[in-house]
Amino acid sequence: MKKNMIEKKKKAVRDFFAILPHSQSLGMGIDFIRDGEVGMSMPYDSRLIGDPQTKVIHGGAVFALLDTCCGAAAMSHPDQVGPTATIDLRVDYMRPAAPNQRIKAIATCYNLTKNVAFVRAVALDDNEKKPVAMAAGAFVTGN
Amino acid sequence: MVKLSPEPVALIKKRRNEALSKLIESIPYISFLGVGFDRRGDEITAILPFNENLIGNPSLPALHGGSIAAFLEISAIIELSWMQIWRQIEDPDPSTGSPKDLGDISLPKTIDFSVDYLRSGLPRDAYARATVNRAGRRYSSVHVEAWQDNRNKLFAQGTGHFLMPVKN
Repeated sequence: MKKNMIEKKKKAVRDFFAILPHSQSLGMGIDFIRDGEVGMSMPYDSRLIGDPQTKVIHGGAVFALLDTCCGAAAMSHPDQVGPTATIDLRVDYMRPAAPNQRIKAIATCYNLTKNVAFVRAVALDDNEKKPVAMAAGAFVTGN
Repeated sequence: MVKLSPEPVALIKKRRNEALSKLIESIPYISFLGVGFDRRGDEITAILPFNENLIGNPSLPALHGGSIAAFLEISAIIELSWMQIWRQIEDPDPSTGSPKDLGDISLPKTIDFSVDYLRSGLPRDAYARATVNRAGRRYSSVHVEAWQDNRNKLFAQGTGHFLMPVKN
């Protein structure tokens, strides 16, 4: 019974995030959903270039991926019911993402209170040993 | 010393508009989002015209947090670069007396960016203005405010640090 509930919840999160117009226009896809942990990724696209000299994707696109992934992680937490909204999100850009490589994000909701979900995330390209960016944020919870 | 007659206004405007366009058109992601800029003297306002692709939650509907963040980060980077370009094109070269030519533009790189979502973004146009609070040789600190219908009712604000391009 409980297992059914969890599967239902994961499906709800998957369905919710599959149809967000802005996420779709960036080509984001869900890689996995676990309890309070979500993986998402986004293909390299020359329309998203932020620096023409280096062909590196704009930070804003990486921010969008991390924000979406963090929101999904908050929603997939076992104690969270319904949608969430971002209160604030900070992204540290540690190195430029390599051109022509898919960008993956993994977000974890590490604490959930009555009103707030605390989430952190990491963005990676093919070199998974060195993160491209890291994010930390707070999301509204409850219903 | 010979007193120079003032430069014709049309020439000044042309130089400034061309420099700003060159900067904006060099970044594909700006046209992907559809961001435009309004210039009054050295002050620029970024404009994000509403379009369906910017939506996050379609049932509200509200702008996606990611499109808001990207809009703010773009505003900050353009403001920073514009400040540098302004100095370059408006301070005449001492040897020739004419404004320096704008070569290849090297952009600042974001170190970190933090967005405060104050209220949900409505499905309509948004505006943003950035303030450079520290303009250092190595890094700069920029604050951005964004609003929709009311200038004093911000729907998002952001703060970021940027690594400055090395001057040649």
